[in-house]
Amino acid sequence: MIALPALPRKYHGASVWALYALGFVPAISGFYLGATGQLPGNAIKEFEHLLGIWALRFLIATLCITPIRDLFGINWIRYRRALGLLAFWYVAMHFSTYMILDKYLDFPQIVADIAKRPFITIGMAGFVMLIPLALTSNNWSIRRLGPRWNRLHKLVYVIAAAGALHFAMSVKVVGPEQMIYIAVVTALLVWRLFRPRFNQWRRGTAGRPGMGRAA
Amino acid sequence: MTAYRPPRIAATEITPEPIFLNRRSFIGATAGGLLAAGASGSHAAELKAAASAFKLDEPTTPEKDVTNYNNFYEFGTGKADPAANSADFKPTPWTIKVEGMVSKPREFGLEDLLAMPLEERTYRMRCVEAWSMVIPWIGFPLASLLDKVEPLGSAKYVAFETVVRPEQMPGQSGYFQPLPWPYVEGLRLDEARHPLTILSVGLYGRTLPNQNGAPVRLVVPWKYGFKGIKSIVKITLTDKQPPTTWNLSAANEYGFYANVNPAVDHPRWSQATENRIGEGGFFGGSRRDTLPFNGYGEEVASLYAGMDLAANF
Repeated sequence: MIALPALPRKYHGASVWALYALGFVPAISGFYLGATGQLPGNAIKEFEHLLGIWALRFLIATLCITPIRDLFGINWIRYRRALGLLAFWYVAMHFSTYMILDKYLDFPQIVADIAKRPFITIGMAGFVMLIPLALTSNNWSIRRLGPRWNRLHKLVYVIAAAGALHFAMSVKVVGPEQMIYIAVVTALLVWRLFRPRFNQWRRGTAGRPGMGRAA
Repeated sequence: MTAYRPPRIAATEITPEPIFLNRRSFIGATAGGLLAAGASGSHAAELKAAASAFKLDEPTTPEKDVTNYNNFYEFGTGKADPAANSADFKPTPWTIKVEGMVSKPREFGLEDLLAMPLEERTYRMRCVEAWSMVIPWIGFPLASLLDKVEPLGSAKYVAFETVVRPEQMPGQSGYFQPLPWPYVEGLRLDEARHPLTILSVGLYGRTLPNQNGAPVRLVVPWKYGFKGIKSIVKITLTDKQPPTTWNLSAANEYGFYANVNPAVDHPRWSQATENRIGEGGFFGGSRRDTLPFNGYGEEVASLYAGMDLAANF
């Protein structure tokens, strides 16, 4: 087991807020550069793609929390909600950029794009599925929904797969970058299949698991 | 007694009047451009060309965008890759082999190409990815090169081929190859002979930077940009429609003709509008309608009379 120096409990709240603040840095700096004409070439596309790739990165980070706890006994679950919500906000900004800056709110064309173009349909489906997850990412909803909350939030697996697929299908040639994202998402999803057996095995061999250890 | 005649001044020596009248801003722009060229590390050198009738009312795309936002997969698939990865490419010496169905097959050295009557032509460039630029090319009609090799009556198409140099073009080496090499393109012979079709050897008053297809590339302004094959080493006259790289890669997305057509969508995006590069970041109002044949319909539509342009996209 990796032993990280534990963060004192009194800083837990502040560290989550620091994550939110840090998480919005790429979007804010990208918007500033784009608005002031400092993004090279096709500024709107650059910004749109920046938001999309960060959305996918935050989704992946959200899905990493559980395997990190399983494999290394490091419990970062307090950051998972922030990572998930950052993913939601980046997808929302990605779609808004497409809608407002790229398409000038040309709704007939936007609707046609979503209906006709499979990669946009898949991306849009991912965004729609993220909405209920974002709306229920609070303590009240968790208490209120009980076990249904867990079932609902398993949608994130479908959303992450949709995100990786949307990215790969949007480019002219699927290259190493897209393959890496697909591989990482696949590995994280496959881990969910093996996880129950892995944890059972570890309970059997190592006795008490490293669950709940503060990092 | 014979009258004294002053020696004739070559057309290329005469400064066009609008440039003369605006000489101060011209000198400023040239100095700025030279600094930019020095900074970007390209091999571009001054190149003289006569003014031509091919001008546009639209402002030209800033040179920094023309030379830093490129699709040239031989140097990588990112838009900034060609400018970043092409410094080791050697565009001189260079020869183009012209062969196939011609009476006089021959090789042209770069010096032969630079000795052709060069003109500056400002054309719109519409990428298949729904963005566009306005670029002051320097070049000469492809037809004048074809005339020198005398195509046979049986020739119907012109095939083009890009150089393969994995040691100088990082996109051509390594595990991941985005496209099969060499990059190949083709035109119907009448398209190739059309006065708008040029071989370009320069832009913005200088020889082509490596990232723009040095030392010689094709420019066909009414077609999507990927038809403008770069760093050409071979031209073959043939009677069969030649294979073209993007068509081989995805036949349902990229056709042989690839004429700019706002009415025929790419399967993954609309071609109805385009984003003009270099117009002031997010709020420059750069989204504009795409024109049939990229605005050159008057000159070229007749080439396709009676053809179904949705089927022959």
